[in-house]
Amino acid sequence: MKICVLVKEVPDAAVEKRIDPSTGRMDRSGERNLNPYDTHAIEAAMQLREGGALQVDEIVAVTMGPESAVRALHKAVSLGADRSLHLSDGSLAGSDVAATGYALAKALERESPDLVLLGQQSDDGECYTIGAVVADHLRMPSLTQVVKLEVDGDALRLERQAEYGYDTVRVKLPAVISVGDAINEPRYPSLKAIMGAKKKPLEMVSAVDVGIDASLVGADGSRVHCGEFKEPPAKAAGQVFEDENTDETVAKIVDWLVERKLI
Amino acid sequence: MSDVLVYVLHYDGAFNKNSLGAISEGAARAAEVGGACDAVVVGAGASLGDDLCRSLGRYGARRVFRAEGPEGLAQPVVDVMDRVISEHGHRYAIFGGGLLGFEIGAGLAARRRAGVTMEVTAVRAQDGELVADRPILGDTKISVSRYRGELGIIIGRINAFEVREVGGDQAEVVDLSVEYSPWSMQAEMVTRGEQRGADIDIEGADVLVAGGRGLGNAEGFQMAEQLAGAFGGNAAVAATRAVVDAGWYPYAAQIGQTGKTVSPKLYLAAGISGAIQHKVGMQSSENIVAINKDPNAPIFEFSDLGVVGDLNKILPKLTEAIRTRKAG
Ligand SMILES: Cc1cc2nc3c(=O)[nH]c(=O)nc-3n(C[C@H](O)[C@H](O)[C@H](O)COP(=O)(O)OP(=O)(O)OC[C@H]3O[C@@H](n4cnc5c(N)ncnc54)[C@H](O)[C@@H]3O)c2cc1C
Ligand SMILES: Nc1ncnc2c1ncn2[C@@H]1O[C@H](COP(=O)(O)O)[C@@H](O)[C@H]1O
Repeated sequence: MKICVLVKEVPDAAVEKRIDPSTGRMDRSGERNLNPYDTHAIEAAMQLREGGALQVDEIVAVTMGPESAVRALHKAVSLGADRSLHLSDGSLAGSDVAATGYALAKALERESPDLVLLGQQSDDGECYTIGAVVADHLRMPSLTQVVKLEVDGDALRLERQAEYGYDTVRVKLPAVISVGDAINEPRYPSLKAIMGAKKKPLEMVSAVDVGIDASLVGADGSRVHCGEFKEPPAKAAGQVFEDENTDETVAKIVDWLVERKLI
Repeated sequence: MSDVLVYVLHYDGAFNKNSLGAISEGAARAAEVGGACDAVVVGAGASLGDDLCRSLGRYGARRVFRAEGPEGLAQPVVDVMDRVISEHGHRYAIFGGGLLGFEIGAGLAARRRAGVTMEVTAVRAQDGELVADRPILGDTKISVSRYRGELGIIIGRINAFEVREVGGDQAEVVDLSVEYSPWSMQAEMVTRGEQRGADIDIEGADVLVAGGRGLGNAEGFQMAEQLAGAFGGNAAVAATRAVVDAGWYPYAAQIGQTGKTVSPKLYLAAGISGAIQHKVGMQSSENIVAINKDPNAPIFEFSDLGVVGDLNKILPKLTEAIRTRKAG
């Protein structure tokens, strides 16, 4: 079987994110990296392959993004993917969640995966929902925030936390699963894998190549329009100090609590 | 006419509070754009009796579309809402948040080629349309969403919509028989709502010592328990989802989007980053203290007293100091 893993390039967590006032979009310049949540999806694919209960023939990393996004694909390959697919096209810029999910589904259609894995959230977009959009376009079942995944005959047995506690769900393949960051501890790539990543097959495709309807993507094709930004209500800033001498720190905390009659 | 459709989640014979809030919000906003608010419920017939469904009228629902179907899964609900909207032409769908709301709203957006905005904290009527406020970039900015096309989908942040009683138990119940799509039927609920671990009460506590991944492992929670013990009286230990998923602490102690909402007199976070999904469950605490070694941790943005430092050094001494103070 074939597993496709969705990966995204995001601004490094240490870089301050901001909105570019001239375009109203997120400023995506600066240091960039593979979305850390996606490393858990790659690791989940690797564990399915190594677990042996399923015959995994191929793991394919898939991304939609500008040219620079190849770096996320290289990282994904260094973590274990066999090859990658890069959907890149100027017409996709400014796509909202629904349009991004549609475009990714079109790219995935050409791979006909048995399983699509993705991360619980992107570090920049934080929509938590791409998986559910992709799944419905692919006419596949979808579950998000999965923290345990086991092979159960011709199906997967999954666990995740929903509103009333933990749910266990059995799902027949093909399916789209987003994994939570508690599902596994991603491995580090070996130096050899990092060096070899650029030599693994990487295919770049355009919107037309995968049959995307141009009226459904990009800023114009998106059904949500955002361009107006506001400041949140101001909140009085709290007091923050560094612990240099722990006895003094503790005394300060205690005084603060006593002042407020909390002890 | 701009009608609003709301999905109402239920469990164990009761409706979800955030879903009821979504009806209240949907009814109020629909009225401002010349429409009404209807609800959708999906489940085993016995769990959704006529009286229970009619009671949604109290929060402002005009009609309740009821379909027999599996509970706790998103895609069957997408099938039902798709059908209702295709027949009745609702202009907006509103969800109260929570995991299922996110999944259903996103699936419905795909199905009906609609726009969707999540984590919405406020909805307003403007020029005959609804617009939605969504905080972004760690709540430092608010982005305003407007919708194009036939359907706009709004997924609220939990606790964003207040539950308000405005009417009586007179919502009209409309039964639907829906043919589910094959992919909706590929998933089957095996067990739902497992609690995992001790049953602890954190909602009633005056002081909560909340622990996160920074505690290092399950044993690290003993430090939190000792500190809570030093406060004495009505103090308890709470946790983040990360540590509950890792099995360090029981689910009943979890604060946040898929856990409890608390507002103690004192909330003290040890080794918690302050993710939005955690924050939504504790932000109305009266006093917020945070100990974290990372000066850039988001929790410092909304704490009243923040200490940048190693909790392994601070917690034991703080426990000792509070014990001494209490004894003296
Ligand atoms: C749909 C959805 C629902 C969710 N629901 C919930 C929910 O209900 N509740 C919830 O809590 N989360 C929820 N989450 C998860 C949430 O996004 C965060 O992942 C989680 O809250 C992080 O937990 P944490 O703060 O313990 O861990 P981390 O984010 O890993 O933070 C650990 C912190 O500890 C600090 N630290 C480490 N060592 C030390 C030390 N020695 N001394 C001091 N500080 C130290 C680090 O600097 C770091 O800031 C949900 C996520 C999603 C996507
Ligand atoms: N442009 C993209 N290309 C590939 N995968 C993506 C893209 N955007 C989001 N994803 C995947 O969807 C997951 C959830 O992202 P989000 O819904 O934006 O929070 C991420 O962890 C990625 O696996």
